[in-house]
Amino acid sequence: MRAMINFVKSLFLLELFKGMALTGRYFFARKITVQYPEEKTPQGFRFRGLHALRRYPNGEERCISCKLCEAVCPALAITIEGTERTDANGQTSRRTSRYDIDLTKCIFCGFCEEACPVDAIVETHIFEYHGETRGDLLYTKQMLLANGDRYESIIAKNRALDAPYR
Amino acid sequence: MEAQFLQFFQSLLGAQWPLAEPLWPLVWAILQIVAILAPVVAAVAYLPYFERKVIAYMHVRIGPNRVGPAGLLQPIADALKLVFKEVIIPTKASKGLYILGPIMGLAPALVAWAVIPFDTGLVMANIDAGVLYLLAISSLGVYGIIISGWASNSKYAFLGAMRATAQMVSYEISMGMALIVVLMVSNSLNLSAIVAGQGRGMFADMGLGFLSWNWLPLLPMFMVFLISGVAETNRAPFDVVEGESEIVAGHMVEYSGMAFALFFLAEYANMILVSAAVSTFFLGGWLSPVGFLPDSIWWLIAKISVILFLFLWFRASFPRYRYDQIMRLGWKVFLPLCFVWIVVVGTWMMTPLSIWK
Repeated sequence: MRAMINFVKSLFLLELFKGMALTGRYFFARKITVQYPEEKTPQGFRFRGLHALRRYPNGEERCISCKLCEAVCPALAITIEGTERTDANGQTSRRTSRYDIDLTKCIFCGFCEEACPVDAIVETHIFEYHGETRGDLLYTKQMLLANGDRYESIIAKNRALDAPYR
Repeated sequence: MEAQFLQFFQSLLGAQWPLAEPLWPLVWAILQIVAILAPVVAAVAYLPYFERKVIAYMHVRIGPNRVGPAGLLQPIADALKLVFKEVIIPTKASKGLYILGPIMGLAPALVAWAVIPFDTGLVMANIDAGVLYLLAISSLGVYGIIISGWASNSKYAFLGAMRATAQMVSYEISMGMALIVVLMVSNSLNLSAIVAGQGRGMFADMGLGFLSWNWLPLLPMFMVFLISGVAETNRAPFDVVEGESEIVAGHMVEYSGMAFALFFLAEYANMILVSAAVSTFFLGGWLSPVGFLPDSIWWLIAKISVILFLFLWFRASFPRYRYDQIMRLGWKVFLPLCFVWIVVVGTWMMTPLSIWK
């Protein structure tokens, strides 16, 4: 009996018509394409984009050169060299003399953010950046600090939104 | 109409020019060819655009919309890109055949239009063996594929060419068998006569012409012909020839630039040709579906468009057949079905119940 039913089904192409009915319905469905440069999808506050180094309100950089991010980085994209100097509070402290992130290596996993004890290295919501050579994508300490200065208000807001879940 | 054109031609050259009269048949033929092929080539250029749009809509996307308004300049951009690319000829390829392959692929798809009737008397070559001509010319397209696969001197291209050839040859048989039934009921090999024959019958007299067309009394043959047409043009779901996920581009794998574009054009020209054939043999060509509307070439264009939309719809809906399943369908399902239906229709025509008198 089942064989009979299957035979009739295949003889009259029933399944094929069913499939065509489905695609035919979707032909008239509302299209879900996002017209990227003009329209953008909403971003979550945990979005992991371009990196930034943050500062304290008094202007001193947060990073204490503990190298936890360098250690945790699975792509070995971070290079840090530390030194001793007098900070903005007049105390001698350990600070970075070099902090490079190679964005061609970075996989944007966010481990550096997680590892940082002072919330110095963060990933921002920025994802539209480019480099014309590989060297352009090697972000130095100055560039990362500049990112942090420019987007500090947004970074702080996103950190505050994320705080209840940490 | 021809007389008026002849007069114009003579006035253009000056009546005293002695060669005007003997040259006229050639000029007239070229004028007709241009009048037929210009719209066909334009349609071939825009069919990929509509394919991308239709399939995108069925995928809940919106398709090309960046080049020109609603992406309408996309085919021109694509064509420009392909024209300016280099046609790379592999070192060990057979040069002459390598160039000949794509030309052999495209030419038959365009040549066959000579016998397609567009309206009463509006056909370039009103030959009595029109069906034979159509079958013969469409079979020639296979040579383009096998030549290009062979001349590429690449095992992948050759493998693709073998697959394409075997598939096309197999489905030509069931197409031809389906046509035999059409020939039996229309009692003619002339395409104009086949169309005209579909305008007669019980329903046509009641003003419901579309029920008199061949598709209804010959419904199984209509399905066989349509599906064979899809397989014949190597379209999804029978596109194992160039199935992206398994064999890249089949016989076209070594081609680039305009030589590749010719294969592309050939595929779409064949689609339009098969649609025209389906419209002519089964959907009453230029005949109007209802009595109160006049017959016109626009009906033919509308029918071709509907069949072409079906082609695109199939591609958006169905997963690709496995190669042995394609062969099984062609040889073990369609061919016996055609034989049975030839006998059934033959018997039907001999009984008093025959609707083809």
